[in-house]
Amino acid sequence: MNKITHVLRDQKLGSVLGMLVLVVLWSTPTLGLLVTSLRPSSVAEISPWWEALFNPLSTVWTLDAYQNSLDSGMLASLINTIAVTVPATILPLMIAANAAYAFTFLNFKGKEFFFAMLVALMVIPLQSSLIPVLRGMVAFQKAFHIPLTGTYASAWVVHSAFAMPLAIYIFRNYMMTLPKELIEAARVDGASNYQIFWQLILPMSVPALASFAIFQFLWVWNDYLIAFVFVGEQKAVMTYRLLRLLGQYGQGWRDVAAGSFISLIIPLLVFFGLQRYFVRGLLAGSVKG
Amino acid sequence: MSDILFGLVAIVVGVAASYGLYWLLNFFISLLPERIRLKSDWLSFLTPAAVLVIMVLVGPLFQTVVWSFMDDGAKKWVGFKNYVDLFTDIRFLQILLNNFLWVLVVPAVTVAFGTASAALSNQVGPKLESIFKSLIFMPMAISFVAASTIWSYFYSYVAPGRPEVGLLNAVVKAIGLQTQPWLMMDQGRLNSFLLMAVIVWLQVGYSMVVISSAIKAVPEETIEAAQLDGASPWQVFFNIILPQVWGTVMSVFVTVLILVMKIFDIVLAMTRGNFNTSVLAFEWYKQFFENSNIGPASAVVTILVILIMPLMWLQIQTARHQEALR
Repeated sequence: MNKITHVLRDQKLGSVLGMLVLVVLWSTPTLGLLVTSLRPSSVAEISPWWEALFNPLSTVWTLDAYQNSLDSGMLASLINTIAVTVPATILPLMIAANAAYAFTFLNFKGKEFFFAMLVALMVIPLQSSLIPVLRGMVAFQKAFHIPLTGTYASAWVVHSAFAMPLAIYIFRNYMMTLPKELIEAARVDGASNYQIFWQLILPMSVPALASFAIFQFLWVWNDYLIAFVFVGEQKAVMTYRLLRLLGQYGQGWRDVAAGSFISLIIPLLVFFGLQRYFVRGLLAGSVKG
Repeated sequence: MSDILFGLVAIVVGVAASYGLYWLLNFFISLLPERIRLKSDWLSFLTPAAVLVIMVLVGPLFQTVVWSFMDDGAKKWVGFKNYVDLFTDIRFLQILLNNFLWVLVVPAVTVAFGTASAALSNQVGPKLESIFKSLIFMPMAISFVAASTIWSYFYSYVAPGRPEVGLLNAVVKAIGLQTQPWLMMDQGRLNSFLLMAVIVWLQVGYSMVVISSAIKAVPEETIEAAQLDGASPWQVFFNIILPQVWGTVMSVFVTVLILVMKIFDIVLAMTRGNFNTSVLAFEWYKQFFENSNIGPASAVVTILVILIMPLMWLQIQTARHQEALR
């Protein structure tokens, strides 16, 4: 017994050291940008960031870069990002939960086939359908004079569609674990499917809905491509603005750094606050790209 | 201020409208005679999702394949010309090679780091474990664009004589070597490997978390029995733990593989595909948004879809594996 604890103790020390090395490696690049964003512009470009870190007391720390960044459009972009992200999280949630109900509890022809198709669609890259969707929207605009591109709504629709396969898959997997007897009992009592879904299944599926919501929220918040194609410059989201900023190095690293961290604050809060649900979602297979 | 108001109204209207849609669908179905109603109930649940998937995913996918046989403006048929052009262009072959390197390197490295950190973090005690894991997992919350700024800064290069601000070049200088504009160096595809480091950095957390939960599910008795028999920690890990979590490791591998096939944002943000770092998904972007060539862009993405097709089968396997787990 003594021998085992001895071995385990050695193992523990080695593991702690190994993990420390990994964590330092993993955090350093982020730390560098964070430190830079907090320095005055006069020194940020001429002295390396680690000098500030080694002499934290003799360094001037300032939030100027954040103020600058917010004033020069990042605040507007933050609002645009929220306006794109919140509906693009809630809409697919509702639509997919409805569809998952049909796939789990109702019978129709070709159910298994359509579900297999959905799983296969999870792999298809977004790029494969963006150009036709974009041209379709432009043609629609010309024909009916209703603006679609450059609005939040077009991004909601496209994000919702791309979320479908994964969301339906996760929700169906979860709904299959719910007790069937409960639904049967409700049917015997004369409840319609509509009532069963909204009053019974949806409330019981909250854990699955929550983990998918976090996942979709982070995905849409961090997306560049769909925002670039469908929302574009008029209502530039943060990833869009950040990429433009990164393209012009003349701006200096400090402004890019502050912009990056403004775009990171909300996802990081969501992430650390709800990490448990996020992990649960990951384990249920929520990964897309 | 009006922006905020507009955003709020848009959010409320959008969400309310979607609820109203289901209410209406159900209302129409309920007007039908009972016999038909019971049989067509599923339509009211499935129609919105089906319309979305068909109009935005499936239909356009076929349209893209059709356009890949047409000219730059998608007006005239050109047969296989776009494909022939691509495969006789040395630049495109370089792109395919890049994609191949990404696929070869990133999933394997990510899974290796993920497994190692999962195994190590399992032995440091619960408190340290959760701190370490959170820090390694954190990049999962970061956008590809923000990750690109973080790493561009890390790799950044300044003209000789000016103070270094990039950590990599500072380290290189400290050990007495020449500083380099790293992202421009395509000798041995060095810059592509530096871009790969970013995606590894982003994905190891995911890989670690999933594999770690599998390791925790390994029955304690199997490990204790091996330890009593005098197995070293290495032997315990490679002979007892690893075989039991292999299924999970493989499913993580496939997930990262699929992600890497489609890699795009990082190349766009860090090099704009210059210096020999372009990949298929980026070439699509360039052909369409920079050159407005619909035909060739569609051909590029069709090739990407064809290359991804075999992974669909793996994806269905993974789905089955997940289903077996619950």
